[in-house]
Amino acid sequence: MSLPQRFLDWFSARGWRPRAHQLSVLEHAQAGRSVLLISPTGGGKTLAGFLPSLADITETGTGHGIHTLYISPLKALAVDIARNLEAPIAEMGLPVTVETRTGDTPHAKRQRQRKNPPDILITTPEQVSLLMADPHAGHLLKNLRTVILDELHAMVTSKRGVLLSLALSRLQALAPEAIRIGLSATVADPDALRAWLVPTGEEPAPLVLGQPGAKPHIRILSSVERVPWSGHSALYAIPEIYGEIRKAKMTLVFVNTRSQAEVIFQSLWEANEDTLPIALHHGSLDVAQRRKVEAAMSEGKLRAVVCTSTLELGIDWGDVDLVIHVGAPKGSSRLLQRIGRSNHKLDLPSEALLVPSNRFEVLECQAALQAAEANAQDTEYPMVLKLDVLAQHIMCRACAGPFHRDDLFAEVTSAWTYRNLAREDFDKAVDYVATGGYALKAYERYAKLKPQPDGSLRLSHPRLAMVYRLNMGTIIEDEMLKVRLAHVKRRLGKRVLIGGRVLGEAEEWFLSQLTAGTTFLFAGEVLRFEGLDEFGALATRSNEREPMVPSYQGGKFPLSTYLAERVRAMLADPSQWNGLPPQVKAWLSLQRFRSAVPKAGEMLVETFPRADKHYMVCYPFEGRLAHQTLGMLLTRRLERAGLQPLGFVASEYALVIWMVRDLSLAVSAGRISLGRLFDEDMMGDDLEAWLAESMLMKRTFRNAAIIAGLIERRQPGKEKTSRQMTVNTDLIYDVLRTHQPDHILLRAAWDDAAEGLIDAWRLGKMLRRIRGQIIHKALDTVSPLAVPVLLEIGRESVSGEGHDALLAEAADALIDEAMRLV
Amino acid sequence: MPFSPKLPTPSSTRPCGLSRSQCITLSGVEFIPDLSGALYAPEFHALLVADLHLEKGTSLARRGVHLPPYDTRESLLQLSAAITQAKPGRLIFLGDSFHDKGARERIDAADLALLRSLVSAIDTTWITGNHDPTPPEDIGGRIVTELALGPVTLRHAPSLLASGEAEIAGHLHPAAAIHARGQRIRRRCFIADDRRIIMPAFGSYTGALSVRSGAFDGLFDDFQVWMIGTKAIHRFPASQVR
Repeated sequence: MSLPQRFLDWFSARGWRPRAHQLSVLEHAQAGRSVLLISPTGGGKTLAGFLPSLADITETGTGHGIHTLYISPLKALAVDIARNLEAPIAEMGLPVTVETRTGDTPHAKRQRQRKNPPDILITTPEQVSLLMADPHAGHLLKNLRTVILDELHAMVTSKRGVLLSLALSRLQALAPEAIRIGLSATVADPDALRAWLVPTGEEPAPLVLGQPGAKPHIRILSSVERVPWSGHSALYAIPEIYGEIRKAKMTLVFVNTRSQAEVIFQSLWEANEDTLPIALHHGSLDVAQRRKVEAAMSEGKLRAVVCTSTLELGIDWGDVDLVIHVGAPKGSSRLLQRIGRSNHKLDLPSEALLVPSNRFEVLECQAALQAAEANAQDTEYPMVLKLDVLAQHIMCRACAGPFHRDDLFAEVTSAWTYRNLAREDFDKAVDYVATGGYALKAYERYAKLKPQPDGSLRLSHPRLAMVYRLNMGTIIEDEMLKVRLAHVKRRLGKRVLIGGRVLGEAEEWFLSQLTAGTTFLFAGEVLRFEGLDEFGALATRSNEREPMVPSYQGGKFPLSTYLAERVRAMLADPSQWNGLPPQVKAWLSLQRFRSAVPKAGEMLVETFPRADKHYMVCYPFEGRLAHQTLGMLLTRRLERAGLQPLGFVASEYALVIWMVRDLSLAVSAGRISLGRLFDEDMMGDDLEAWLAESMLMKRTFRNAAIIAGLIERRQPGKEKTSRQMTVNTDLIYDVLRTHQPDHILLRAAWDDAAEGLIDAWRLGKMLRRIRGQIIHKALDTVSPLAVPVLLEIGRESVSGEGHDALLAEAADALIDEAMRLV
Repeated sequence: MPFSPKLPTPSSTRPCGLSRSQCITLSGVEFIPDLSGALYAPEFHALLVADLHLEKGTSLARRGVHLPPYDTRESLLQLSAAITQAKPGRLIFLGDSFHDKGARERIDAADLALLRSLVSAIDTTWITGNHDPTPPEDIGGRIVTELALGPVTLRHAPSLLASGEAEIAGHLHPAAAIHARGQRIRRRCFIADDRRIIMPAFGSYTGALSVRSGAFDGLFDDFQVWMIGTKAIHRFPASQVR
């Protein structure tokens, strides 16, 4: 069986032919097999996913309930996909109805969708879970044939993907006939995705590959300016970036963080002599503002957009012919994905320019360029088995009706992500949902799940289903506050502020640190902070050119393991330095002369005195998170060895620790061994002792507690912000750690921390890699390679661990002041 | 071998310790703040604690919020440690000791026994609060609405003071924030001027309210705060408090 005639006519009327991969997907689907399509952007991937459904609905007729669920990671994308699908449906005159359902869909429309479901429902992962919590879902989905998972590569690496996999396991039980079509960009490990897509124990989904696109043209900016030693602003390159924008028709300027986006955007405007239409697009901006920019892009009204990962996924917004990447791309796959935004036609090569913002980033850009040319992928492995997500899903299942433990265990472990779930852990998760899972049985009579005579568990109160619906999901963002532009009025001689237009949102912790009168960069302008009111922050326009507060954070990616390896290899091989800009090459040559350049597999440790302190710098190239953890652990060890460490700063590439005592001397006298210092056993007790008290751990616990439903962010009838949450999660963490350290939520948080914020996996791997491979250089002064990380000292703020010391310092400063007056 | 960390080992969360160098003086009486959030008056051998909110955890559980039910135990162990440290002859609760009327009925048997043993060993006074207008009578100690400690009146909620009067109260759960090296640090605190001390909440699940919030308006003239750090208490003048 193949495409119906009117499909073939439609293709030929456009001078097209169905592509091989589109037909291949169709064939698998028509044979009732799930299938994974991996294809670069622009390969007709979306249509490939939809063709089987369109053909089948045309054949069997419309109006038999939901035939196809299309799951997209982004709300906005869902709306665009629906719009794009309407064209071929209308042009072919197909009897197919398409609707969207996202968090923004009004209640009335949801009700109508329930009575009169569309053939194709385009939705998000969270909405699928909500559907699974609906007692009537089985009826709604009885005719479901296909589940299409768009941008699968992006979804599977997060807790959203883990939750989605559980929703699919439930869907499998409700609609066992439905097949899954996964659509993905190129990934490092397609086999994992193939297995992810089908129930445990089944043959992995067959893989269909799209046509590879033309090889991208990637250049690295060779600036006439001096490439900075450190920092991330890349301001030195603004004139050159502007020149490139002027030459191109439409440029996307990708950056890594929102603050970078703000800085680059503002500087481009200052350089914008021709007043080219240049816009800004990032996650903190108001949604309406973002939609405006996207619309202007697709109408071809813009010449450039400065953006973060917000424009990385999804459909085209116009004819982009150049992608400029400011700052290091951090990973090969990320770079390829971003570059793919230009020349979204397969036969034309994408044009890309990399702009390193400091010297180490030159190396990283070079490594990324080589990796991208080799089409090497370094996407993360799918995330698996999260206990907090499991707890949320158990609640979801309970909302749909009574269930038996054994059935649910079988269902959950049918998801590839939970195939290794131990029964004991599953039971603990169920107990947790029922009564909190505490050793002290205080909550039996307030149980959320009550055992029934037939042994099943039933939700004890319908209110709990409402609470679930309001609080479900896995995306825990920092609490955001709206930033509004205020007008100043004079009333009775008093300055009165009247809140106006919403400019966007910023993290509450950032805004709460500002004092009235502080200027900061936001939404492309320098604003003066005026204060907080019940609706959020108020700000006025400032005439200052330089903001007083440099930045607020948002979206930092760690350097991928793969690129790190390439950077180390490049450093180790001077013959590769010829491809680098002359000033960078000179920098490395000088390093070889003054200190050493580590060979492949080695790690360089330098020690040297400077001013009245002693420094140790090491270069693991494992990313800031792993380095921060290493810094915490090494400082503890140096403290015990009596070297009196004073502080440390970690960068993406290196770690510097400074101390009172002379480490060079201690090493040469044999009083301390670097091999012992960097021994892997630091990952044991030291790590635990530090972590248990760490702020990172508390933050991780908070997220797990929210996902697992311990904390209700929203209650029926009123919305609470997390600041007003009944009990501070730090207090809960402390109490739980003291009285029940093996509680399931502490385990969930602990697992997350090991993978995420402290990157313990990566650090452990690194420590094993460098065993016996440390080369030590005792120097008289700072080496060329050490300069960048030393320049970071003072820019970094001390993390939460040192709060007591800061309090003491602040109090002491006061005493000093008082003493001076005497 | 993948990294598999062991679970955290239990440790007492809040240390206690009298901070003798940080004495707060009110109407000529010295009060020593304790890291636990208690206040000790050596002259009267009296230990003061405010706002324990015992059984707040189980109170929330009725709505389906299953917080760890160890808050009462944690608060009582903390109190026990503070008592061991200060060895007071009198123990005075400044109200809101129980989170609600049902607390007495819900409290775990072991926790109740611990509370009784503490109360029976020391002369105890329960001042009533808005959460516990009628504290349980079968635990021991006497129940009053106010209490005079020398020239100082102890009561739950701060009130309008007659001229020359001085008071110690709880109720407001004060916390203060300061800015240091570009960071904002917020902690529970004692807040005082020369007429009034307001104590921080002692309970494990009690939130805190900024001393800059409207609830503190009109209570203090030129105040100072004693912020409770992890290992020490730090004093700051009003001008440094954000």
